[in-house]
Amino acid sequence: MAKIIKNSFLKTLNGFAKLIPVIISVILFISLIIAVVPKSFYSKIFTGNIALDSLTAGILGSISVGNPMVSYIIGGEILAERVNLIAITVFLLTWISVGVVGLPVEIKALGKRFAITRNILSFLTAFIIAGLTVLTISFL
Amino acid sequence: MIKKNKKRINGTYFFITIVLFSYLILFLTNNTLFNKSLEQFFSIVKEITPLFIIVFVLMFVFNLFLTEKRVAKILGESAGAKGWLISIIGGILSMGPVYIWYPLLSDLQKKGMKNSFIVTFLYNRAIKLPLLPMMAYYFGVLFAVVLTSYMIIFSIINGLLVNKFLKYENSNSSKQ
Repeated sequence: MAKIIKNSFLKTLNGFAKLIPVIISVILFISLIIAVVPKSFYSKIFTGNIALDSLTAGILGSISVGNPMVSYIIGGEILAERVNLIAITVFLLTWISVGVVGLPVEIKALGKRFAITRNILSFLTAFIIAGLTVLTISFL
Repeated sequence: MIKKNKKRINGTYFFITIVLFSYLILFLTNNTLFNKSLEQFFSIVKEITPLFIIVFVLMFVFNLFLTEKRVAKILGESAGAKGWLISIIGGILSMGPVYIWYPLLSDLQKKGMKNSFIVTFLYNRAIKLPLLPMMAYYFGVLFAVVLTSYMIIFSIINGLLVNKFLKYENSNSSKQ
């Protein structure tokens, strides 16, 4: 039994050790972005065109990082500036479901094809969910 | 195989080098931003360290008791509704940033966890129960409920689609 426990511990340690350098690099990168990009940056780049704003929101959300709470605050701020709700929903969804910054860790952990396919699909799905959500709300 | 591993290692080190180089440039050009970034880094590390310990313990327990056979039964290709339910609930309840869950998911994937369930787990991580009141505050209760419902539905659809795409690519690459 002691040998099984030791083996399991070493296996877990090994699995962790492989990913730690990439995880630390991603955290360093995230910290850099949070420090360099001010929150006000987000509200300045929307034009009023739903399609263009949604695409901008999707790209911004995909490359943005941080606690989802921050995305709600930013979303709330840009909603007050009359940016379309579809674009804001795309922004919220891509912020939490697409991870361009974290891609190196996802690729290392789960494989390149898995990570890229999942992120592309999550990006596309964000537009569908945003459209459906706003449409459903308008009917209810 | 060796070439492929080498490529992956090179990509990883390239990313690490770029990040460290960015910090070096920031240190030389803007000390205030450099300090702000480092403060942010330590604040994130402090926040996630307890979660890392939880994930480590979970992985250790899984390694101890979950054999490949058992994982395949619960979360493998032949797992049914139970597999989806575990992935959805697991994703919703999982805390902290996504990257702390990758070692565990990588481990379970190697033991036979279906890719669909990993995708569903990751998508449902977007649903944060403690943050729902905040979402409702900013965008309304109706918005929060409708969006969350669609997210759960699409987490399953995305899971199925990713699995299909990966299987299609696999069958294509094995034919070539």
